[in-house]
Amino acid sequence: MESLGNVIMYVIIALTIIVFSVLAVTTKKILRSATYLLFVLLATAAIYFQMDYEFLGATQIAVYAGGIVVLFVFAIMLTHKPGEDAAPLTSNKRILGLTACGLGVILCGVALFGFAKFASKSLPSMDDFTIDKLGQALLSTDKFGYLLPFEAVSVLLLACIIGGVVIARKR
Amino acid sequence: MDLTLLMYIVPSLIMFGCGVYGFITRKNMIAMLISLELMLNSVDINFVVFNRYLFPAQHEGMFFTLFAIAIAAAETAVAIAIIINVYRLAKNVDINQITKMKF
Repeated sequence: MESLGNVIMYVIIALTIIVFSVLAVTTKKILRSATYLLFVLLATAAIYFQMDYEFLGATQIAVYAGGIVVLFVFAIMLTHKPGEDAAPLTSNKRILGLTACGLGVILCGVALFGFAKFASKSLPSMDDFTIDKLGQALLSTDKFGYLLPFEAVSVLLLACIIGGVVIARKR
Repeated sequence: MDLTLLMYIVPSLIMFGCGVYGFITRKNMIAMLISLELMLNSVDINFVVFNRYLFPAQHEGMFFTLFAIAIAAAETAVAIAIIINVYRLAKNVDINQITKMKF
């Protein structure tokens, strides 16, 4: 049995995700689309907080809401002619899009509700996942250690910085 | 009322469907990238929710999501660099008008 506050929180999160993700792909203004994406990302961070993964929620807010959305806004500003209103977003191939989306959602939905018995257990308790356990796991080479992916990500980010500078610099 | 696994998967499924729809119908490259972010984000939710509900003693899904967020940030940065470069060369980011690389 969940507490009433959790249930209300869940309803708000689910409604936010559904409404704003539909709006983000149907709105006519691109800056609004980026703003709706921000709301969806914040609701996702709220899901992570509900799952007791506080560090992951903080990362989601810092990297996605703080980094990627700002990057999107900068890109939108840089790819429009100054002094003009942004051209409205138009859509084509609506029927193809609706068919692909509808078929995918129905297929996955049928598969999900086929496993409804398996998927209908309530939230199990988890021992406290503190930040020092996370740090130990990230930098250890044991069975559940993540040193190799951690270093691989740092090399990837370096390559990405160099690539971004090389691609976007003025010639 | 219990909050079950299914109740978290359904919003994530709808988010993924919106991402697919936007990726197919949008013509602006940045709007397509926004749809792509929606899809990536729904997959991250699935990892965390399955990890938390089915295997609460381990944290593999959580670590996978952590690395997926880092890689998604890198991918977005490079994609936006490419889009800005395309805008400099072609003066727009509409995929129907950028046809020079087609053969």
